[in-house]
Amino acid sequence: MQRVDHEKRALRAVRKRADFGPDLDIGSYEHETKELDKVRALNDLPGDIAGASTDVGIETDESCRSGTFFQINHSVVLSTVYQDGLEIMSITEALQKYDWLSGYRWQAMKEDADKFTAEAELHQHQGYFIRALPGSKVELPLQACLFMDQDSLIQNVHNIIIAEEGSELHIITGCAAAASVNRGLHIGISEFYIKKNAKMTFTMIHKWADNMAVRPRSAAIIDESGLFLSNYVCIKPVRTLQMYPTVYCTGKNSTARFNAVLVAHEGSDMDVGSRVYLRKEGSRAEVITRAISEGGNIFARGHLIGEVPDIKAHLECRGLILSEKGSIHAIPELEGKVSNVDMSHEAAVGKIAEEEIQYLMARGLSEEEATSAIVRGFLDIEVKGLPSQLQAEMKKALHPKELKDRVL
Amino acid sequence: MLSVENLSVSVEGRQILHDLNLHVMTGETVALFGPNGSGKTSLLKAIIGVPSYSIESGKIIFKGNDLTRLSMHERAVLGIGMSFQRPPAIRGVKLRDLLVTCVKKRGGVDPGDINDMIMRLGLSDLAERDINKGFSGGEIKRSELIQLQAQGPDLLLLDEPDSGVDLISIELVGSVINELLQKDRKKDRREKAGLIISHAGHILDYVNADRAYVMLNGTLQCSGNPRELLDDIIEKGYEGCTVCKG
Repeated sequence: MQRVDHEKRALRAVRKRADFGPDLDIGSYEHETKELDKVRALNDLPGDIAGASTDVGIETDESCRSGTFFQINHSVVLSTVYQDGLEIMSITEALQKYDWLSGYRWQAMKEDADKFTAEAELHQHQGYFIRALPGSKVELPLQACLFMDQDSLIQNVHNIIIAEEGSELHIITGCAAAASVNRGLHIGISEFYIKKNAKMTFTMIHKWADNMAVRPRSAAIIDESGLFLSNYVCIKPVRTLQMYPTVYCTGKNSTARFNAVLVAHEGSDMDVGSRVYLRKEGSRAEVITRAISEGGNIFARGHLIGEVPDIKAHLECRGLILSEKGSIHAIPELEGKVSNVDMSHEAAVGKIAEEEIQYLMARGLSEEEATSAIVRGFLDIEVKGLPSQLQAEMKKALHPKELKDRVL
Repeated sequence: MLSVENLSVSVEGRQILHDLNLHVMTGETVALFGPNGSGKTSLLKAIIGVPSYSIESGKIIFKGNDLTRLSMHERAVLGIGMSFQRPPAIRGVKLRDLLVTCVKKRGGVDPGDINDMIMRLGLSDLAERDINKGFSGGEIKRSELIQLQAQGPDLLLLDEPDSGVDLISIELVGSVINELLQKDRKKDRREKAGLIISHAGHILDYVNADRAYVMLNGTLQCSGNPRELLDDIIEKGYEGCTVCKG
């Protein structure tokens, strides 16, 4: 499809509300921002930006990363790769370099899905292209940061990530706003293509601002025996977050696994789901969500669609309500379209059992220490198949500095 | 060390312990017998301070401190530790992490000690798991005991430490309890004391008790020599205790 066709379709959807989440007035955000100079290394970034990015998994010591992509507002300031078999560049550069790439653009999802996809098509502000070449095993994680440091700005990025046949790729993406930012809108389009026998892990950590609106739009297509593992952590305040990443298991024995950890603070509205279409025999899917309300509202959705026999899928959502002001609404959906599918779900929402707090208090912990230990334990999800470095980043993100002084 | 004086306790408005008097001296091990539902566990929970067990009248004095208004945490810090009969599973909190916390809280820092304790109680695999999650009955007892080892309380409240424990493990459980109670020292040199609930009395084959109380219907019926009381109970059942009192 030509670029002009994408635009036409997008234009028809500029007022199309998203299926979920509160509507937003895109026009109330600014598109104008100055073009920023490139830097040679992350250490050349201003200290406050580098510091904020480390909270979302970005390592300024790049020796433990296979590559780095860093975008501030609408400017790609760094795009560098340290390993053979791996490509990282801005999406604009990639589309100029590879004619074939336009065939991947808006293939996993459509530009007219809602006003946010349409906005990203009509006013694209860069984004990244990441590709592991056929057969290449990129063991060190690759890092990408999408950063905003201008108040009231809109940032529309379009990312395309391809794990070619037989490759292995581990990505950590941090999205953050500077401390000076109060409001803004981030729209992130991400299309993932996991080819035959390829493995991709994608760990995304968000740290936004009190009045930020965030609308990620992600979709993945997994070919035969491919594996896509997606981890998402958002435990810092955000005004409104809505996303429903979707995976299409289109190859035999393809596997999708989602882990999401959400903490909604007072004033935060989160509507987060994961959807997997299991379209070939042997496909597997697992969706695990941990949600905590500290006064904010969370819709935790999940939707598994078994379209062929001999698939297996499981959905798990656990929610903890720590404040009377907050709510958690878990909506797990299983849709079996044929017989001989193995699909299940479990969901539990409630407050911390008094008995558990009392048990730890009987061991000498104060009530606050006991609560903190239980909450941290609740958030501690062990992610199978994630490299130890990224496990550590997940742990760091889930155990922020302010909890360091707590006991466990 | 512990004095329970004219204690009446209610749960959700219903009185379950009535005008109890019980004393445990430093260095002593006291057994508590009684049929199911007689209030033995309730007494231990009232002493450790489970909030739903509200004291209607009377006092609990521990090392000279009136516990009535103290939280469970404050009672634990004062030196009371309890092994629960049916402790809750806590998702995400690893047994080893809790042991480290307990040891740190009393000023200990040597992780080698914790490893030794874990090895001895055969808890190497369980130490890395969520506390009590999927533990068998016997594993729960050993897990509770190792937590008390890490905590090092002066007064041990042991709720049925022998139930669900196989014959091989009970010897180990008994020897750990003896260590916790400093049974290797002469009684007047000990700094610890214990109150042990035992439904069947098996643990008393391994842990020597100095005295015993019999509890019926929320009151203490009598006290005396543990072995003699147990023999009477085995011979006449708890009905015999009722007659005896009468």
